[in-house]
Amino acid sequence: MITVEKLTKQFKGNEVLKGIDLKVEPGEVVAIIGPSGSGKTTLLRCLNLLEVPTSGSIVVGDIKVDLSRPLSQQQGLIRQLRQHVGFVFQNFNLFPHRTALENVIEGPTVVKKMPREQAIELGRALLAKVGLAGKEDAYPRRLSGGQQQRVAIARALAMEPEVILFDEPTSALDPELVGEVLNTIHALALEKRTMVIVTHEMSFARDVANRVIFIDKGVIVEQGEAKELFAHPKEERTRQFLERSRN
Amino acid sequence: MIPESLQLALDSAPFLLKGAYYTVGLSLGSMFFGLVLGFGLALMRLSKIWVISAVARVYVSFFRGTPLLVQLFMIYYGLPDLGIELDAITAALIGLSLNMAAYACEILRAAIGSVDRGQWEAAASIGMTRAQTMRRAILPQAARTALPPLGNSFISLVKDTAMAATIQVPEVFRQAQLISSRTLEIFTMYFTVAVIYWVLCSILAHFQNRLEARANRHDVES
Repeated sequence: MITVEKLTKQFKGNEVLKGIDLKVEPGEVVAIIGPSGSGKTTLLRCLNLLEVPTSGSIVVGDIKVDLSRPLSQQQGLIRQLRQHVGFVFQNFNLFPHRTALENVIEGPTVVKKMPREQAIELGRALLAKVGLAGKEDAYPRRLSGGQQQRVAIARALAMEPEVILFDEPTSALDPELVGEVLNTIHALALEKRTMVIVTHEMSFARDVANRVIFIDKGVIVEQGEAKELFAHPKEERTRQFLERSRN
Repeated sequence: MIPESLQLALDSAPFLLKGAYYTVGLSLGSMFFGLVLGFGLALMRLSKIWVISAVARVYVSFFRGTPLLVQLFMIYYGLPDLGIELDAITAALIGLSLNMAAYACEILRAAIGSVDRGQWEAAASIGMTRAQTMRRAILPQAARTALPPLGNSFISLVKDTAMAATIQVPEVFRQAQLISSRTLEIFTMYFTVAVIYWVLCSILAHFQNRLEARANRHDVES
């Protein structure tokens, strides 16, 4: 589904990603964990080119973006790739001037040119799916953080993506609102949707992800079956990180 | 005294209304062209290509850094030296538009820049093009920020149209000058003209408030 090869990213001479190789299989839920500044969010943002990698290649389905060719020639390809890759932001990034339903149908109507009636039907169904039936006409400002994040998930789903990326989807939420968003993501996992989730919620990663990737200082230190990695980390750095996260 | 003055104001009404017609025309025309050109300049200012951005910056610097009066004189009295002869109204319209564009550019640039970067990213993440993002996500939000300062500039513009009198445009202030030089009822004439500008600006302020309320309607707290 996703194949990343030799991905590097430098910010002003500072190497944030040092040659990442990564494969995500269809139907797989992958959690990326690691200390802050480890490059995990940068990696996720590189996957749909919100961040432009310095070198390497990214393949999603049959779309390949190769950094050894000038990106200006691949803009169309990048837009195609993004239509297949949903992204859920830490800060939701809903369009504040549009209602919940309008946020959800924006992609289908504007990008996919879906007829409006059909998009509205789809949008209502998706809002119902994330537990927000009845909130169609609410503006983001009037929704709680948890509700906003669920609208954002519905907005990503509306593009019928092959894979959804989550960038610390609960980090900006009040503690009592974290559960509703995690439950929504969990429900998507049960549908066998392909997802890559950067998260600080260790128990969620353990329970929902099939595979966990531990990143530190721009390299993948260790990866493996989720419960196995949490129970028996092989690397010393992983062990230390998990130890600290438990407190 | 008072009734006489009133009589004079009423007698002059046809001339003043004709002048007001030019004032309104000049105002609306240069608002429109100033806004369109200003938007183009704002996009240039935001361009990543250094030269394009620099051209817009120099433009803004020049038109904000020189008196409108001088700009109007350059266009109306100066351009004929270069073989470009414009009638007074066209010259005034061009001068006011070019001047307005400089202010509109800075207002729009700041407003577009104030929209959170996450909005660009959110639009990009669902596959929208830059143009779609600008039109559907960024501009509606930038408009909220831009409306109050744009309203201010428009109101200034209405008053600045009086400067067109200096290049013989028969707008309302020019009419008042002509009438008062004949009748010597100087205070009455200029006070009447002041009231006309006041009314025009009040109408504009009213529209500005309605637009602002409309742009902010999604912002109502529950």
